[in-house]
Parts: sequence; structure tokens; C-alpha cells
Amino acid sequence: MSENKYPGTSGLAFKEALLWERSRAGRLAISVPEQDVPKSDLDPNLVGDAPDLPELSEVDVVRHYTRLSTWNYGVDTGTYPLGSCTMKYNPKVNEQAAALPGFTELHPLAPESSIQGALKLMYELERDLLEITGMHAASLQPSAGAQGELTGILMIHAYHAHKGKQRHKIIMPSTAHGTNPASAALCGYKPVPVELSKDGIVTPDAIRAIMDDDTAGIMITNPNTLGIFESHIAEIAQIIHEQGGLVYGDGANMNALMGYVDIEKTGIDVMHLNMHKTFSTPHGGGGPGAGPVVARDILEPFLPIPRVKKDGDRYTLVSDAPLSIGRLHAFYGNFAILVRALAYTRTLGKGLKDVTEQAVLNANYIKASLKDVYNLPFPQPSMHECIFNDGIQHRSGVTTMDIAKRLIDLGYHPPTVYFPLVVDGAIMIEPTETESKDDLDGFIDAMKTIAEEVKANPEGVKNSPHNTTISRPDEVQAARKLILKGQKA
Amino acid sequence: MRYLSNTQEDLREMKEAVGIKDVCELFASIPQNARRAKEIAIEPRTEWELMREFSKLSDANKPGVAFIGAGSYSHHVPAHIPYLYSRSEFQTSYTPYQPEVSQGTLQAIFEFQTMTANLLGMDVANASMYDGASALAESALMAIRVKKKPKVALSRLNHPHYVQVVDTYFKPSGFETVELGVLPDGRTDYSKVTDDVSAVIVQSPNFLGVIEDIGAAAKAAHDKGALLVVSFTEAMAWGLLKNPGSQGADIVCGEGKSFGLSQNMGGPGVGIFTCKMDFVRTTPGRLVGQTTDKNGNRSFVLTLAAREQHIRREKAVSNICTNSGHCALAAAMYMATAGKTGLRRVAQLNHDHAVYLKAGLEKAGFRPLFNGPFFNEFAMTAPAGFDYKHEKIAQKGFIAGLDLGRYLPDHKGAFLFCATEVHTKDVIDAFLKEVA
Repeated sequence: MSENKYPGTSGLAFKEALLWERSRAGRLAISVPEQDVPKSDLDPNLVGDAPDLPELSEVDVVRHYTRLSTWNYGVDTGTYPLGSCTMKYNPKVNEQAAALPGFTELHPLAPESSIQGALKLMYELERDLLEITGMHAASLQPSAGAQGELTGILMIHAYHAHKGKQRHKIIMPSTAHGTNPASAALCGYKPVPVELSKDGIVTPDAIRAIMDDDTAGIMITNPNTLGIFESHIAEIAQIIHEQGGLVYGDGANMNALMGYVDIEKTGIDVMHLNMHKTFSTPHGGGGPGAGPVVARDILEPFLPIPRVKKDGDRYTLVSDAPLSIGRLHAFYGNFAILVRALAYTRTLGKGLKDVTEQAVLNANYIKASLKDVYNLPFPQPSMHECIFNDGIQHRSGVTTMDIAKRLIDLGYHPPTVYFPLVVDGAIMIEPTETESKDDLDGFIDAMKTIAEEVKANPEGVKNSPHNTTISRPDEVQAARKLILKGQKA
Repeated sequence: MRYLSNTQEDLREMKEAVGIKDVCELFASIPQNARRAKEIAIEPRTEWELMREFSKLSDANKPGVAFIGAGSYSHHVPAHIPYLYSRSEFQTSYTPYQPEVSQGTLQAIFEFQTMTANLLGMDVANASMYDGASALAESALMAIRVKKKPKVALSRLNHPHYVQVVDTYFKPSGFETVELGVLPDGRTDYSKVTDDVSAVIVQSPNFLGVIEDIGAAAKAAHDKGALLVVSFTEAMAWGLLKNPGSQGADIVCGEGKSFGLSQNMGGPGVGIFTCKMDFVRTTPGRLVGQTTDKNGNRSFVLTLAAREQHIRREKAVSNICTNSGHCALAAAMYMATAGKTGLRRVAQLNHDHAVYLKAGLEKAGFRPLFNGPFFNEFAMTAPAGFDYKHEKIAQKGFIAGLDLGRYLPDHKGAFLFCATEVHTKDVIDAFLKEVA
């Protein structure tokens, strides 16, 4: 195994117990203020035992989490080419902006005169997202991409209800994002599959064949999850519109379109954007994100409330919108994420077009560099991501998962695997624009090395990873013998 | 641009490898009718300009000292917590789909699940929802999945915004909500629960601060064959109060932002979702489970993925994917920091400060709306003219309670107050001086 030239190596790794295994009665990590007012006892019937939590010192807590953090891989650690996830660099000035006390200490129900800066910030982020997409109106309230999708579909549902006739189906290409069918199901829409062309895209003919007056519209991801631009999008939208339907655009892949595409011109009626993908806010090991929606004028009345309005120099929250789908968040969405997103749009500005160009170039560079070594099920021109599979390596008994695990040894986060479902054993690579050619060359070289290893020593690949603290945890056992809560030592 | 690393030479070599002369060739599949006409009209800022602009926006806010809770509470965030959760290995990682390089996140979330389940007296907690409101909406949907009756009974004293979110999630399915009224002491009246509901949903402490009788709610729900869902907006209360699991709750959900997170204009928070083991296979959201690796080492993985959208697609129990993982990490750090004795002491101090504030307001002519027990929030009818004074007090840097007329029209003229451990005696005294 030839590992020396790759960033992945082994070093001193620390064991770390579970919190309650470290607990010692009498330790305390929090600074408790003095009792400055009389103690007041609640009715003892309402009071429980002291909560079942560990007892630790501040040093215990700091060491615990510092050690746990070393078991993680982040974008700041290295290349993180997860397809569909847009794991780009998360700028640090965004964090500094979000930590300003006028934002962090702000109560959401403070009088409007006390929250003018926050409302202005939200208003301006809406303007920026509309400028970038070409759409007409926005809401920042959805907490994540899937909630943005739900918002969009709720708006389509409300639109049809308002027109007087609800519809029951929605067209859903197999190249749509994974959350799309589940979001549509929440609105009672039955997903209708649509045949893809041999180029992996949706065609006007295929839509014409299935679109009818009981179909609410289409949910389309563009570029789709094969990384291919749906070049018939405007014509597809026209067919949908002629039958009274609406077009939902999944904007998770907006990173491939900035500066090039006018979303409104493509015929999309409503679209969500992932602040934690295209707009550089950190993914935080699972969230929080933010999933604003942008809409065409006909759908503006259906946007969630409250909405931010500008009235001269004042900003106000408006809830008077009888056609609105209602509220999706206890307050106004993930405000602190929105601060970071605005810091990003304001730092890049018109340079967002360069972001898109380099994201697409990086992906195509990987595709060109690996196409002779890994099978490329869809060789058509693609944009910000490229999808290989284990078609060649499988003959040696090595799977996509094995390749992914071996990449870890060599110091790279694996790509997305086994998604999209339209490709067997998919290896979905999205490098993003923030990786340099040097980083990409290292990744490409690692992928080539693994392909060689598969020929020479498939067992070594199948047994990987070798350099991590744990290897191949048993997921079947985890699901069969459920342990979802720790027991005291 | 400092976030892009490729040099002109790099770009030239890459274009050559790809077989293009100009990058715009890679966009050839975008038809003319979909292209934008003009460049993006946003001027890029330097780091210096950006921070000036954002400082100005920040300064245009006046957080002051807010004597308001109503779903977002002012609590002290120990210094080491933001320091720790800002470690980029936590902050810049994705959802832990590759367990070998995500054990840090996975163990931390397993610990979060354990501590929240224990705090609330429940069997299972998930890895988090977006916020307390969406956690409640998902709980209501889950209760309907379990009991198969398209209706739930909601106490009138659930947070009004949470009820609105439930309505939003329910509307397209045609699921219904019925409202349960309020007793004179400010607790929910369960006498009207009917047998056609999947769940009785009650918030405790409720929107007006009163601690609900969860045992009575459980009995009322179970007698009618419904589940009891207990919601909360103030996680700190469970440092002092008897946990809802021990009183018969089937699902307990709420907002965990009080643990280690700043207010941030209301978000992000962390939606907490817990339930009984019987319902684990229809639980929304991610779950982290313990297992062993190929060498027998304890390790953690995402589990029961067959419930989730990326596997089950339209048959998934929920569409949630991205959650509030980083906030859950902060909440876990807070629970570990406060611990068994610390959380009790801080929670007690919340109650003590609230009692002290209430006594002071009574001296200033306010009258309590209810006599039911409260934790750190309570509703008062204001003396005449207070509306006007409210503005003046705000100019002194105090937000003097929440005007309930905006939320519950029959309580016009009443205000909801909150005091926590950060509202020390000095601060309360200074505030009361302005009110008097």
C-alpha cells in the first residue's frame, strides 16, 4: 500500500469515554451566580428529582469535546467532495459577522423599533437572492432545504386550492433530490415518475405524455442529480403551465448556475435555495441550515408569514396575507445562518459567477481525469458534479463502499455513494470551487491508486479503512439491537 | 478572490485537460432562453468593508434587557461552549454518513440523545428537529400515524406560533385541530377531550407560564385512547420540574435553545423530539445508535434509516434531512456543563428571580392573571397607562414584557413577563424603578 504521498496518515489518537463514564459526584462545570434574592420553593408535588445528567468539571468538558472533535473530518481538514452537498469552504469572516452582539442578543419579539438592523439584514438578503436568481419575491423562513421544498409545494397546493380545484399528482423525475418525494407526500401529492432520455434528462415529449389537469406540476432539480443541466426546462415549464400546473425548482444545485441562468426565464415558479450549500454557511455536522424560497409574482401571495417589508427607511413585519400558507418556524427562520449568507453574497457579489465557473471547471477536470479509470454511466456534458460507479472495480469484487472507505485512509472524505438511485453503485463527486488544482490532483491520484490497488490487492481495499479509530461499524447490528440511549457505566 | 485557490496557470492546465478553450463552453447546455442578460448587480466588499457594514446593522438593533420569554429565553452561555462548538471539525463537517470520519459528531449526538431522553424521562430522543415548532408539528403528525384518527386536541395555551406551524403542516392533509379551553387557574381544561382525537397536546409551562398538570392530561388522553404530547418552549424548566415522561407523556417535544445557544432573533434553535420506545420506528428525523466495529470497538452510526426520506422517498415518515445538529451539540455541551446539580441550581434561580420580579410588579400595581404555579414566566394585567409607559421604559433599555393583546385578544391589557438567572436582583430593581 502506497500511502506516503497522501495527506492521510496515522497519528496519536485519543480514546474518550462517554460523558457519564467520566462523571464524578460533586464536580460542576458551570458558574452559578450567588443567591441574590430569597429562595422560593415550588409546590413539592411539581418538583422532580435532580435531572439525570453527568457531573463534570470545565476541564473534563473541554477535553471531552476536544478529543471528540479530532475524530471528525471537516472542510477545514481537507477535500470533502460529497456530491449534492456542496461542501465548500465556510468563510471565517461570516462567523465574525454572525457573532456581533446586536444579532446574538436579540429577542425575536422585541419591539419593531429595536430590531431594525435585523429586519434590514433580512430584507437585503432577500434582495440579493432575488438578484442572483432573477425571481420576484422571497421568504427566508424555511429552516433547511427540505422545509424550503415543503414550503414550495405548500404554495403550489394553496395555489390550486385558491383556483378552486385541487390536484392529486406531481411529476417527479428519478433525478430529483431525495427529499422531494417525501415533501410532496406531506401535501398528499402522488409522485408520478417520468422517463429520462438516454442523455439523462427530462424531455418535452415525456412531459407531454403524462401532464394532465389532475397533475399539480413538476418538481425538478436543475442541474439534476446526474449533474446534467435540464436544457429543455423552459419548454417543459411551458407544457406544465399550459395545463394549469406549476413548476417547483429544487435549487440545491444553484452553485452551478450563478451568473449564467435567470431562473424566472426557465419557467420555474418557486424554488428553494440552500444557504448551507451554495451560500457557504457551515453544515455543522448535520445542520442547522436555511432554505429560503424565491417565487414568481403569481405565487407571492402564498409565501409564508410574517414577511419583511420596507416602508421608507423603516422595516416592518407583515402578517396580513390571507392567501399565505402560514408559518413554518416559531419565529423568522434561522436568522444567524442568514447573517452568514448575506456576508457571503456581499463578499463575492458579482464574483459569484467566478464561483460557478470554477465549481463547474473543477468537476469537469475530475471527470476528464478519471474517466479512463472508473466507469462513467452518463458521459454527457455535466456541470458542478460528476457521477462514476464501480462498474469496473466490481469485477474484482470491490464495491463503491470499499472505494469510499479506502479514500479515507488516503486522507480524503469520500464522495456521496449509492446516490442518485438511477445509477447503480454511484460515486457522486462534487469538488466545489474552493478546492485548488493541487487538492484535486491529490484526490485524482488517490482514486487512481485505489483503482490500481483493486487490481493488485483487492482485499486491502475491502478491509479498509485501516488508519481510523474505528473501521466498518456494524450497521445491521445497530438497527437490530437498538441502543439509542447510553446506560450508566 | 481569496476563497478561490486556482491560479491562472492552474486554470489554463485544467481547461486543457478538459479540452476547452474557454470556461463558458462548459455552460453550452444552457439554452439562450434561460440565460441571464446582465451580470449580478452586487458589489463585492473587502473584509474591512463587510465588517463595517455588518457592525452598522448590528448597532441598529437594540437588544436591551428583555423581560420576555415567550419561546426565546435569555440565559447565560458559558464561555467554553461557543469556543468548543466552533472547532471546525464540528462546524465544517457534513451529516455523519461516513462513520469512520464522523465519530466525534456521532458520539456527541448519542450523548445528546441520552441526556435529553433522561432529562425528560423518555425512552428515545432523536438527533434533533429544526425548532420547537416544527418538532411539535412532526409530533402531531406522528400521533396521527400511530392512532390513525385525523384530529388532535390542542390546548389553547400552546405557543400561538407553534399552533400556526401545526396548522401549516396539517392544512394540505385535511387533518384537524380542536382547541381545549383554560381553567380559571391558567391550566388547560381536559374535560372536553373527545374520543376521536389521536393526541392531546399540551405545553408546560404553558404560553402564559403556568405549569400544567401533566398527570391529569395523561389520564384524559389515555382515557380517550389518545396519545399525550407534551410540548415545551423553555427547556430550563426541566431542571426543576418533575419530568413529563414519569407522568405519562407518550411524546415530549420542544425547543432546546435555552441550553447554550444565544437568542439570535429566534433562530437557529434546536427542536427536541423524544418518545416512548414503542413508536421508535415511526419517529421522524435521524437517530444515532451504538454498535461495534469489525474489531469489536464501541462505535456509533446513524440507524433505522429505512424511516427516512433518502431511502423511503414518498413513504418516509418525514421529509426532514438537514436538522439542527450543531445546535444539538451546543445543547449537549450545556447539559454536560451544568450537569445534575448545576442545572437544578440555575433552574431554581430562574424561579426565584421570577418570583421576585412578580412581587415587585404587584407592588407597582400589576395583578396576576392566574394563580396557577409558574416557573420563570407569568402573565400580569397592567395598571392603566402602562401601554404608554412601555415605550418610555424601552428607551431606558428595558423590554417590559410582551403585550398579550397581540396574541390572545381576550387578554388585551395583559403582559407576559419573564426573568431568568441573568436577571439579577440589581437588574430587576433597576427595571422596577422605571415601572413604578
